Amino acid sequence: MKLKWWHVGLLIALGLAIISPLASSWPDGLERVAEDKGFIEAAQGPTFEVIPDYVFPGVGNEALATILAGIVGTLILFGMTYGLAALLKRRGA
Amino acid sequence: MHIPDGFLNTATAAATYVVSAGGVGYSIKEANKKLGEKHVPLMGVMGAFIFAAQMLNFPVMGGTSGHLIGGALAAILLGPWAGLLIMTCVLIVQALVFQDGGITALGANVFNMGLVACFVSYYLYRAVVSLMGENRTGTLVGGFVGAWASVFVAAIACAIELAVSGRSPLGIALPAMAGVHALIGIGEGLITAVVLSFVMATRADLLELQKV
Repeated sequence: MKLKWWHVGLLIALGLAIISPLASSWPDGLERVAEDKGFIEAAQGPTFEVIPDYVFPGVGNEALATILAGIVGTLILFGMTYGLAALLKRRGA
Repeated sequence: MHIPDGFLNTATAAATYVVSAGGVGYSIKEANKKLGEKHVPLMGVMGAFIFAAQMLNFPVMGGTSGHLIGGALAAILLGPWAGLLIMTCVLIVQALVFQDGGITALGANVFNMGLVACFVSYYLYRAVVSLMGENRTGTLVGGFVGAWASVFVAAIACAIELAVSGRSPLGIALPAMAGVHALIGIGEGLITAVVLSFVMATRADLLELQKV
């Protein structure tokens, strides 16, 4: 099977998920402001957890758990946005 | 810039939910009219790419990081309504599966990183391209400027929501949010320009797709 352009696009996205353990763990802009301005404690924890904080549960190695979470999320998003577009596209287009 | 549960008061959370739901409803109608066969795989790749790229926080100054929002890239390639649909999917999955961004704050997050980011970037990009011409330079400069502004204006929207919610006065939240996101926006601009450059070099026809 010949690789189509969008196969390559999906592989690039999965590649990003695989290098995601390299991401900076510093707080992001909003978290930084919330800490500096003293309202970070107002944040409420989630009422349920599936893959909290992009760490796949039950995997001992944190880098591997992050990569797994990234791959799962990337595939979910691909399926969801591809599927939504396929459902919505013009009939006969 | 994902707002967690607890930061917004009920009125702000509800109001942004209503506006975002209206926007998403309209975007579904627009997509129904304009999406063609060729948009479908690009919608899939954009959703996957934006989710994965959002995981890659980059440091912007001592102790603070930022990450791509992606609304600008999606809006420039596919149009602002299609961009809003993609961002909504990303934010729903992040809230429900990854506990990133609150469920009660989802409306505000879709408003900031979907509606605001996609529309600010798309129309600024179009303005730059019409000034500089439909060429490589115009596309890259427009992409950078549109992407930077998408983060900056989304941060201002977020600061207003925090202020209206009584979380932090506007005089404090606005300069703080705008300041740090002016820096994060440079990263957004650079990543957007690099991806646009890559698309132009490999599949320039994708930039010619009808915008939704």
